[in-house]
Amino acid sequence: MSAAARDVVERVFREEYGRVVATIIRHTGDFELAEDVVQEALAAAVVTWPKRGVPQNPGAWLTTTARRKAIDRKRRDAAYSRKTQELIYLAGLRTHADEIEDVVDETGVEDDLLRLIFTCCHPALALDAQVALTLKTVGGLTTGEIASAFLVAEPTMAQRLVRAKRKIRDAGIPYRIPPESQLPDRLAAVLAVIYLVFNEGYLATSGGQLVRADLCREAIRLGRLLTDLMPDEPDVAGLVALMLLHDARRSSRVRTGELVRLADQDRMLWDRTQIHAAAGLLESALRQRAPGPYQIQAAIAAVHAEAISAAETDWSEIVELYDRLLVYWPSPVVELNRAVAVAEADTVAAGLVALEPLADRLEDYRLFHASRADLLRRAGDAEGAGEAYQKAIELTTSGPERAFLKTRLAEIGHLR
Amino acid sequence: MKYALLIYSEPNDMDPESPESQETLQAYAEFTASITERGINLGGEALHGIDAATTVRVRSNEMLVTDGPFAETKEQLGGFYLIDVADLDEAIAVAAKLPGSWTGSVEVRPVWQWEDDDAT
Repeated sequence: MSAAARDVVERVFREEYGRVVATIIRHTGDFELAEDVVQEALAAAVVTWPKRGVPQNPGAWLTTTARRKAIDRKRRDAAYSRKTQELIYLAGLRTHADEIEDVVDETGVEDDLLRLIFTCCHPALALDAQVALTLKTVGGLTTGEIASAFLVAEPTMAQRLVRAKRKIRDAGIPYRIPPESQLPDRLAAVLAVIYLVFNEGYLATSGGQLVRADLCREAIRLGRLLTDLMPDEPDVAGLVALMLLHDARRSSRVRTGELVRLADQDRMLWDRTQIHAAAGLLESALRQRAPGPYQIQAAIAAVHAEAISAAETDWSEIVELYDRLLVYWPSPVVELNRAVAVAEADTVAAGLVALEPLADRLEDYRLFHASRADLLRRAGDAEGAGEAYQKAIELTTSGPERAFLKTRLAEIGHLR
Repeated sequence: MKYALLIYSEPNDMDPESPESQETLQAYAEFTASITERGINLGGEALHGIDAATTVRVRSNEMLVTDGPFAETKEQLGGFYLIDVADLDEAIAVAAKLPGSWTGSVEVRPVWQWEDDDAT
C-alpha cells in the first residue's frame, strides 16, 4: 500500500473508531466482541481501500463490515452453543442486519458515541479504569500507547482494560445516555476524565518529560468531540477553552529541562491564535448563561493568557474568579490557588495568612509546600522557605519540577 | 438482572424499644413495602450479629470450625435483599433508598447467572 493510502486509512480510522465501536456495541452488547470486529474491519480496509479507493462514507463502510463480522461470529459461536437465549437473540440480530445489509443507518450514531462515553466514565468503574477505557474505546488508542502514557507495563494496562470491560458486562452497567436527573453528575464525571487525561499530559506527574503533548492533544480532541455531541452544555466548551489556553502556553513551560514559572515564561512563545480561538469559545459558552467550574477556570486562564506581562495581570479579577470556583469545588487545592492570587493582588503577608489554614489538609501536596516556600522567600524568611522547598522536593516525582525547586533552594542558600 | 444488596454497618447496642430503633425498623418496613410494590423484591433477611457467627472451612478433607466471622472488620454484614431490576443504575438507585446506606454502606453485587437459567 502506498504511504498516502495508509495515511488515509489511519486518519479515517482514528476519526471513526469511537463511532464505529459505539454502534457495534449497541448491536451486540459486547465491548470485547465490538473491538475485535472493528479491528478486523480495519484489516479489511487496509486491503480493500488501496485497490478500490476509499469509500464515500468510510465510517459507514467500517460499521457495515464490522457488523457483518460480528454476525458471522455470533453465528459461529451459536453453532457450538445450545443456549436458546443466544439463538433467539441471534434471530433478532439477523433480521435487523439483513435490513441494513448495504446501507447503514447513520442516524443515532452520535447518540451511540455518547452512550459509549458515558458508559466508559461510569462511576461504578475505578477512575484509572475509566480513563484507560475512554482512551481505548472512544479515542482509539492502542493498549501500548495508553500504557506508555501512564507509565505502566503493557500487560498491567491490558488487564485493567479487560477487568473494566468484564465489570461493565457482569455488573450490568447500562449502555445509555443517563436520564436528565443524573446528567449533571454523570457529565461532571466525563469532564473530569477528559481533564485528567489532559493534566496527565500537561503536568506529567512523573517521568523525565514535563509535558506529554500527545495526551494533551487527545484530551482536546475528546473535548471537542463532546462539544459537538452536547452543544447545549456550555461547561463542555468551557473545558475545551481551558485546555486550549493551557496548551497555548505549553512550549514556554520548560527551559533546558527545568520548569518555568508562569511569571517567568516568555510570552512571545505563547500561541496567540490558539488563545484567541479559546477566548472566543469561552465567550460563546458564557453567553449561554449556565456557569460552571470549567468555564470559571477557563476565565482564570484567559486572564493570565491575555495579560501582556506578569505584572499587568489582573489579580483581583483572578481572586474573585477563585471565590466563584470555590462555590462549585470547595477544595483545599482551589483555596491554595486563591491564596497565591491573594499574595499578588494584595500583599505577600496576606497570601501567607490565606495559606495557613490549609496546612493540615495539604500536608502531602507538593504544590502547597512549593507555593508556601515561594511566599516565605519573598517575605524574607529564608530559613522557613528553605524548609518548605525541602519538603516540596521530597514530594515531587517529576524531573523538571524537582530541577526547578532545587535551583530555588540553592538560591535561598546564598541568601542565608 | 438480579442483584444482592448486602447491608454493612457498625454493630450498635441500641435498645430495640428506643424511638431510634423504632424509626429504623419503620424505615426498613417502608423500604420493603416499596420494592415489593414495584415487583422487584425477591426476598431478603436480617442477620444476627457476628457474636452468633460460626465460620466453616474444609481443608484437605478436614473441617475447621471457628467462632466468629471470616474477617474481623468494623462494619459487618447485617442483612441482605435480593432484587430484580434492569441494570446497575437501577440497583444503585434502590440501594440508595435502603436505610442501611444512610448510616452504614450497601454493597451491590450482581447475582451469578448459571447457563441453565437462560432456558427458563
